[in-house]
Amino acid sequence: MATKARKKLTLTAGETYYRQFNEKIREAVDQGVTDFVLNDVNSQRYIATGLTGDLRFQIQGVPGQDMAAFMSGPTIRVLNNAQDGVGNTMDEGLVVVEGMAGDVIGYAMRGGRIYIKGDVGYRVGIHMKAYMDKLPTIVVGGKAGDFLGEYMAGGIILLLGMFSDKPDAPVAGRSLGTGMHGGVIYVRGEVPQTQLGPHLHSQPCDAEDMKVIKGIVEDYARELKLDAKKILADSFVKVRPFSHRPYGNLYVPA
Amino acid sequence: MKAPERYYDFQKDISGCGIFGVIHKKKGLINGEVPIKAMACMHDRGNGLGGGFAAYGIYPEHADKYAFHLMCDDQSGLDSAEEVLKRYFTIHASEPIPTRRVLSVKNPPVVWRFFLSVKKEKPADLREVVDEKDYVVSVVMKINTNVPGAFVFSSGKNMGAFKGVGFPEDMADFYRLEEYNAYIWTGHNRFPTNTPGWWGGAHPFTLLDWSIVHNGEISSYGINRRFLCEHNYICTLMTDTEVVAYLLDLLIRKHGLSKELAAKVFAPPFWDEIARMDEEDKALYTTLRVVYGSALLNGPFAILVADNTGLMGLNDRIKLRPLLVAEKDDMVFMSSEESAVRLVCPKLDSVWMPKAGEPVIVNLEA
Repeated sequence: MATKARKKLTLTAGETYYRQFNEKIREAVDQGVTDFVLNDVNSQRYIATGLTGDLRFQIQGVPGQDMAAFMSGPTIRVLNNAQDGVGNTMDEGLVVVEGMAGDVIGYAMRGGRIYIKGDVGYRVGIHMKAYMDKLPTIVVGGKAGDFLGEYMAGGIILLLGMFSDKPDAPVAGRSLGTGMHGGVIYVRGEVPQTQLGPHLHSQPCDAEDMKVIKGIVEDYARELKLDAKKILADSFVKVRPFSHRPYGNLYVPA
Repeated sequence: MKAPERYYDFQKDISGCGIFGVIHKKKGLINGEVPIKAMACMHDRGNGLGGGFAAYGIYPEHADKYAFHLMCDDQSGLDSAEEVLKRYFTIHASEPIPTRRVLSVKNPPVVWRFFLSVKKEKPADLREVVDEKDYVVSVVMKINTNVPGAFVFSSGKNMGAFKGVGFPEDMADFYRLEEYNAYIWTGHNRFPTNTPGWWGGAHPFTLLDWSIVHNGEISSYGINRRFLCEHNYICTLMTDTEVVAYLLDLLIRKHGLSKELAAKVFAPPFWDEIARMDEEDKALYTTLRVVYGSALLNGPFAILVADNTGLMGLNDRIKLRPLLVAEKDDMVFMSSEESAVRLVCPKLDSVWMPKAGEPVIVNLEA
């Protein structure tokens, strides 16, 4: 694709209803705008949902549910916290959240990257999947609630537990990876076996894993202006199912 | 006002309700505009089939009287209810709840309020009921089960519930809630999933000072309801959340449990977690689960519970509904969405999402 001239636009959301606000954005995209600054966003749902191509959004304020759902390509930076459902079934692109985020982040995500600086809620990365060159990646800088990577089928979740407002909480809640049958969850430090869902174990990372982690951490640190060395200073473990296709016999016993 | 014919026969839709609460710990008064704006911000969490608010500290001039809010199909329903009230209470004031006509609010019931005290000479059928609050509960149950076309939807002191069919901002408009100031507010935007969207089925559900708003679905409704029935609480409002209001009264007021322990009855630790506890906690939580198994709330919930001592937020133990807590000076907010809080209080001291099954309890200081 030839490089297009970039065209900027600043929009203020205020109390604009989400439909009108998203219509404005889409109209601007049709008119060739590529770089958006969205100010005073508060509660508007579905921002950048279903948008494709090389678009950039900077969001000031708290965007509403399902931001970047079905998104394929754009880059979004949220300067504050995000709510639930960020990157629902996202296909490609990058979401950076400089604060914390809510529940079900990256639900059924199939490609692209979601980088959260702080804590996240429950069921983050639920049902992520990977196929050929599509390898969705979620990095959580803080701590995660229960059911991280539930039913995970592919992709990578990297949990750091470093930039958290919950000093007493464990790095991840209970039932981590419940129903997981593909992909990998990397955790900085340790994760107690009691926090894991069934059919899973955590193992030390080998050189191959560390290469993958290093690449992701460096990218993450660049986007969030963090020190990659510091993040990489601790050891990591990986959580995966301990057998091939752990649920293969669930409905049709072999 | 009763449930529509064939109320069970409808398309099931999927969404969440929206809840919001705010408390001023030093009893500073918060105008109704605050919860109204916050609820309107979460407009799309509901579908117009239920909205409501509870407010504490709104009747200081009648603070020692039971404030009964009634909704009635028509004047004759109200008259019959008043007959019952006269028999059991001294009526100190009787007036329509101030409302205005709102285009989107169709066929509202007659809404009326009474300020009551218990009669010194109790009628024979309730003479044996010694405890005053038990007596009040008995009369509420009597009206809700026996008087056709009349429901008591609020019966506490210095507090009141305001609810009906419409979006919360419509209900606020209808009940003129911007004219009230309170030190605790809760609000609810309903998206009925399993039961009819009718006036009595809107949230909050209340009994005495208790009020509750709920996002989710209580799958244990059947067993909770039977358990309550054994303790003389009769469910009449055809919405699952009703059981929580009565369970709060039973567990906390009658059985003397703390709010913390009541929360652990509603959302108990898993057995595998109990197995890892020290002996004392193991004994406590095993006993709670055994004694109060029928009061466990199964299914997804985020609830806000208020009474004249404070506000509590609680999630089901696997957190199937969102809940966020935020603080600003002496105020604490609890909400389904952060944006609703930011709209009414842009600068916050702290924001977090509580752990599943762990209550957040904020008590009034005064």
